[in-house]
Amino acid sequence: MSFDQPAILVLADGSVFRGRSIGAEGTTTGEVVFNTALTGYQEILTDPSYSRQIVTLTYPHIGNVGVNTEDVEAAATHAAGLVVRDVPRLHSNFRAGQSLPEYLKNQNLIAIADIDTRRLTRILREKGAQNGCVMAGAVDEAKALDAARAFPGLAGMDLAKVVTAPAPYEWTETEWKLGRGYCAQAAPRFHVVAYDYGVKRNILRMLAERGCRLTVLPATASADEALALKPDGVFLSNGPGDPEPCDYAIRAIGELVTTKIPLFGICLGHQLLALASGARTVKMKFGHHGANHPVKDLDSGRVAITSQNHGFAVDAATLPANLRSTHVSLFDGSLQGIARTDAPAFSFQGHPEASPGPHDMSYLFDRFIQMMADHTAVH
Amino acid sequence: MPKRTDLDSILIIGAGPIVIGQACEFDYSGAQACKALREEGYKVILVNSNPATIMTDPDMADVTYIEPITWQVLEKIIAKERPSALLPTMGGQTALNCALDLAKHGVLEKYGVEMIGASKEAIDKAEDREKFKAAMTRLGLGSARSAIAHSMEEALQVQAALGFPTIIRPSFTMGGSGGGIAYNKDEFVAICERGLEASPTHELLIEESLLGWKEYEMEVVRDRKDNCIIICSIENFDPMGVHTGDSITVAPAQTLTDKEYQIMRDASLAVLREIGVDTGGSNVQFATNPADGRMVVIEMNPRVSRSSALASKATGFPIAKIAAKLAVGYTLDELRNDITGGATPASFEPSIDYVVTKVPRFAFEKFPQADDRLTTQMKSVGEVMAMGRTLQESLQKALRGLEVGADGLDPRTTDREEIEAELMSPGPERIWYVGDAFRAGMSIDEVHAVSKIDPWFLDQIQALIEMETALANRTLTDVGADELRRLKRAGFSDRRLAKLLGTDQHAVRARRGELAIHPVYKRVDTCAAEFATQTAYMYSTYEEECEAQPGDRKKIMVLGGGPNRIGQGIEFDYCCVHAALSLRESGFETIMVNCNPETVSTDYDTSDRLYFEPLTLEDVLEIVRIEKPVGVIVQYGGQTPLKLARDLEKNGVPIIGTSPDMIDAAEDRERFQKMLHDLGLKQPPNRTARNPDSAIRMAEEIGYPLVVRPSYVLGGRAMEIVREEADLVRYMAEAVKVSNDSPVLLDRFLNDAIEVDVDALSDGEQVVIGGIMQHIEQAGVHSGDSACSLPPYSLSDELQDELRRQTVAMAKALKVCGLMNVQFAIQGETVYVLEVNPRASRTVPYVSKAIGAPLAKIAARAMAGLSLKSQGFEKEIIPPYYCVKEAVFPFRKFPGVDTILGPEMKSTGEVMGVGDNFGEAFVKSQLASSDGLPKAGGRAFISVRSSDRDAIVEVAQGLRDLGFSLVATRGTAQTIESAGIPVAVVNKVKEGRPHIVDMIKNGDIDFIVNVVEDKKAVKDSYAIRAEALARRVVYFTTLAGAHAACLGMRHGSELEVYSLQSLHQRLH
Repeated sequence: MSFDQPAILVLADGSVFRGRSIGAEGTTTGEVVFNTALTGYQEILTDPSYSRQIVTLTYPHIGNVGVNTEDVEAAATHAAGLVVRDVPRLHSNFRAGQSLPEYLKNQNLIAIADIDTRRLTRILREKGAQNGCVMAGAVDEAKALDAARAFPGLAGMDLAKVVTAPAPYEWTETEWKLGRGYCAQAAPRFHVVAYDYGVKRNILRMLAERGCRLTVLPATASADEALALKPDGVFLSNGPGDPEPCDYAIRAIGELVTTKIPLFGICLGHQLLALASGARTVKMKFGHHGANHPVKDLDSGRVAITSQNHGFAVDAATLPANLRSTHVSLFDGSLQGIARTDAPAFSFQGHPEASPGPHDMSYLFDRFIQMMADHTAVH
Repeated sequence: MPKRTDLDSILIIGAGPIVIGQACEFDYSGAQACKALREEGYKVILVNSNPATIMTDPDMADVTYIEPITWQVLEKIIAKERPSALLPTMGGQTALNCALDLAKHGVLEKYGVEMIGASKEAIDKAEDREKFKAAMTRLGLGSARSAIAHSMEEALQVQAALGFPTIIRPSFTMGGSGGGIAYNKDEFVAICERGLEASPTHELLIEESLLGWKEYEMEVVRDRKDNCIIICSIENFDPMGVHTGDSITVAPAQTLTDKEYQIMRDASLAVLREIGVDTGGSNVQFATNPADGRMVVIEMNPRVSRSSALASKATGFPIAKIAAKLAVGYTLDELRNDITGGATPASFEPSIDYVVTKVPRFAFEKFPQADDRLTTQMKSVGEVMAMGRTLQESLQKALRGLEVGADGLDPRTTDREEIEAELMSPGPERIWYVGDAFRAGMSIDEVHAVSKIDPWFLDQIQALIEMETALANRTLTDVGADELRRLKRAGFSDRRLAKLLGTDQHAVRARRGELAIHPVYKRVDTCAAEFATQTAYMYSTYEEECEAQPGDRKKIMVLGGGPNRIGQGIEFDYCCVHAALSLRESGFETIMVNCNPETVSTDYDTSDRLYFEPLTLEDVLEIVRIEKPVGVIVQYGGQTPLKLARDLEKNGVPIIGTSPDMIDAAEDRERFQKMLHDLGLKQPPNRTARNPDSAIRMAEEIGYPLVVRPSYVLGGRAMEIVREEADLVRYMAEAVKVSNDSPVLLDRFLNDAIEVDVDALSDGEQVVIGGIMQHIEQAGVHSGDSACSLPPYSLSDELQDELRRQTVAMAKALKVCGLMNVQFAIQGETVYVLEVNPRASRTVPYVSKAIGAPLAKIAARAMAGLSLKSQGFEKEIIPPYYCVKEAVFPFRKFPGVDTILGPEMKSTGEVMGVGDNFGEAFVKSQLASSDGLPKAGGRAFISVRSSDRDAIVEVAQGLRDLGFSLVATRGTAQTIESAGIPVAVVNKVKEGRPHIVDMIKNGDIDFIVNVVEDKKAVKDSYAIRAEALARRVVYFTTLAGAHAACLGMRHGSELEVYSLQSLHQRLH
């Protein structure tokens, strides 16, 4: 594959990075964010939460293990673009099917390599996440700058609606195991309705692994639609964009909480639960994107290393009386987890499903299962 | 949980002398632990026999014992100091084994000492092969099929079930010592014999071969609340079959997907929990099958290790320091991450945005008879680490930092057969043969098929070779700015480019200057730039943004010593650290440049600014360009920076201390000779030969025996004593290879002379003697290999005064500013000057500990302009006690190597013994460096050359008085008998059986004096020394050594322990 096409990245502040194209040709715009995870670029690219975001990976060699058919979090890539220091010309891993550049082209994803990604990261750290434009093939810095500045930004943008599944579907695939791959579910114990605001498959796999029969509903499904399925529990997924404009979801969650059905939210789902409970959300400076974030469980006092990917956060100062904070980030003290005191509902800001990232938080899934077991025992 | 308040004093055990498998990384971890615990207000009691360490500096611990690390000695220290706890995880295998011994013998219980950091049970479970395997099985983690054997019979049974090749690992040995890979029964039996011998529990793990599997290592830290973090993952470039210490390794892991990485992470944490490492750092090693990802656990170390030092340097996360704090009760979230200025807690996993490559350094040139194929037993003596934004950049930086004459992937051969052989059966230079393979047109698949190196790494190297090939038949001016920039980005050194383009490095540098192609400096910040850092820990790369942000304070730059090697090791790092510390105290901003990850100098805490860079002219000049220091110190890092001095000076770099011109005057034969002549000092008759013919002619002029060596070498490299013309002819043919264009020096060898080292320091005006060290072995044994005593134990005051006078005269003549070392030989009453080195010497830390004055610090300040007078150091300190330094050798690692001492240095480390008299100090030095002297009353074997026959009588009488019965070879026995001392005759090996080797094998000999000289006698007696080594029988190959041993044994084995602080009080 030839890499002689030029590419540029231009930020709204006028910073220009000149590199080469490693993906599709064309122009893309979005919010430029950096992720410090050392592994898991395929999971990151296919995570729907990265919709409209151009992802910079801080580890310099990206593409070492190629791309395989298993390590995907959605059917297609969702990131708006990819920025890396270097793509090795050869990948090596027993599961690899194709190279990263081949995959990027097939997915029509615009990507740039050979730039000083540390310089870029430092700009984003100092000035905050910025809108930007990657242009690959025929490049024009002035046009790219205009495009970067024309991008409206994620604040106020409802993207859950954009990435959600158009219709309900069932999910039965369980977790990945070395030597066996993904397995199929047998004999589920609970029925869980999962709201898809841009759900990562590994969440569904981990629920299925723990004995949940899953019905996935579109983001806009009402509480009645969910309740009609007689679920043992309701799951609120992760997803892209600003939670505030998702009034349909906030309304549905508000109604579901009152039914006292166990409810578990992750990332955007966490923010929506907070909003539905009366708290507020804010846009962060450059967000949390990585796989090394320490989060303290305020109940046990233990620290978990977590996977994170969010640009909005629940403002801890706005928690109403019926919401207590359960987890806090040790990087910046920001709120990481909440639980309702008046209903079996809790949520987590980071990604307990990992993929990519450490498995330290998987106990939250067990907690949800336990909640459903307790709930069904009572009712 | 805050720190524990029920503990008040903590005992830390160091790792002892530098040996293969245990180097200065344990000084780094131990020093960090001392600092961390004292910071918390604990009283720290430290024991380490190695005086060359920073940790044994008297101000590092509250109480410091430079004493042998045996449980008996430790018991005495515990009885005296009554520590509340023992931290055994900072001093490598040595400390761990000693702690286990203390527990086993009930010492800890008797004195109520709590073991912190790792329990006896955890250590046992991790180190005992059988228990470890059972633990892994309980966790459901795969491990290689294997079984334990305690005898050869069991071993053969186990092997039959596993097939060949088979891996043999002895239990409880360091650096895999005594292990190996067997491809057939003969090899299997040989390795098992060695392994059973090496294992203190006579236990072997015999294992299915995982040769060719990929190898990984995870560095894990855990606290008492069960918070676990991975500091760093490491992937080995060399697949399974080569000891990790001998492998090129890369951080982070390169060829794992997130799914596989997380499985390994989960397994690492599970291993720590199962083994029961409650707090602290550990590493877990894995192998994975490249075909299907099957993962097995290889081993774990429940302590900080060589790789935790590497991981600390690679990420900026100080594992040992954190581990020490966890051991006293803190949890990770209570500790801050220093490098972000405390903005983030220590409970996170470092993310790095660069690639780290470690390359081992070997010393096979010192041991020509040793097998240089790499196996599961570690053989390397040092390592270099480099950082770059890509693997190519970091690899090429590491290769040039090694100082083995390579500027990058320099070609070795074009012979395809040789290439394939080297790829298949790796030796110390495999990485260069990989380059050659691609030059010879081999494909990645072909290279992978024979070497099993992962194709990802191979492609990176192939791409470098393609870039090199594209330069063929071109000149520097043909290479445009873009291409030159691309080449520099891939890590090519100026020197390598110069070679490829037929020019020199100065031209390449000039061209880069014209095109404004310079490196930038990025910071190591543990977080891939997510948080701001004020810590100036940097590496160079060719990118856009420079983060160096040099300040405008007065700066002094210290050039370090690069990778450890025989002849240049921790002693020089000690000096560099002292320079940085003292100049920092004196108000300078200090800048350290070094590339050795094991050292204290490359701790970002040691200096204000740390550049982790190779010590080549190119790399140093670029740093100088950015930093503009007012002074650069080149005389502390050994030969590495010294050989850059002239070129640095030529490029306008302000060298402080003794001028490069005067350094040259001391190194250059003719100039030096003239100086001595002017001063009226004597030198052994000598000549300088530039070709074999003139060498032979000159040899006749000065007479045999001769000491011959190439000029400009350290550690006696290629130095030999030749006794006849035939030897000289052979030497000249070989030496040319070693020394390239530098001439060969011939000195008349002084028979039976006493050798003396003198360390001195000067501010350019005043000269003060640091210490006079009398060697125990006679002249002819390399000073680094010789034991020595401070103060001298048998030199008259008049002679000592004469040495002082001569030293001062030479220091003044050379206008020394800083440190100086002189080697004298005294034959009868005549003093000869052997050599003068106007730089830090190997003995500086030893002398400093002995006399209670930090010579390197004082001298560094002198270089920066502070007079000795202003520092209050104007008078030599002569201690009222004895300090004996003894060398430690790696012979056990190299079966087949003769243990006889000569002018070429072979020791890897040193110990110090202290005592009220010479005998006591000597006994301790032997106990610390080997198994100690035997108890009086055994059987001694004596065999000496005819010229020593008269002198042997005194030794024989001494041994007799100690109750030894004597056996001797015929000639020696006659002399002894005629002096009226009873002695039995034993056959030499060639005289028929039973002979002396049979007696040693049967355990009938407890002490050996074997002095030989000419080549034939050396060869004939080799079997004696080999057997003595194998059976751990104490042996001396010099008469002077045997004599000292008698003095020692006369003192007996009842030893007092003395803290350094109490000794130093006696000086006032």
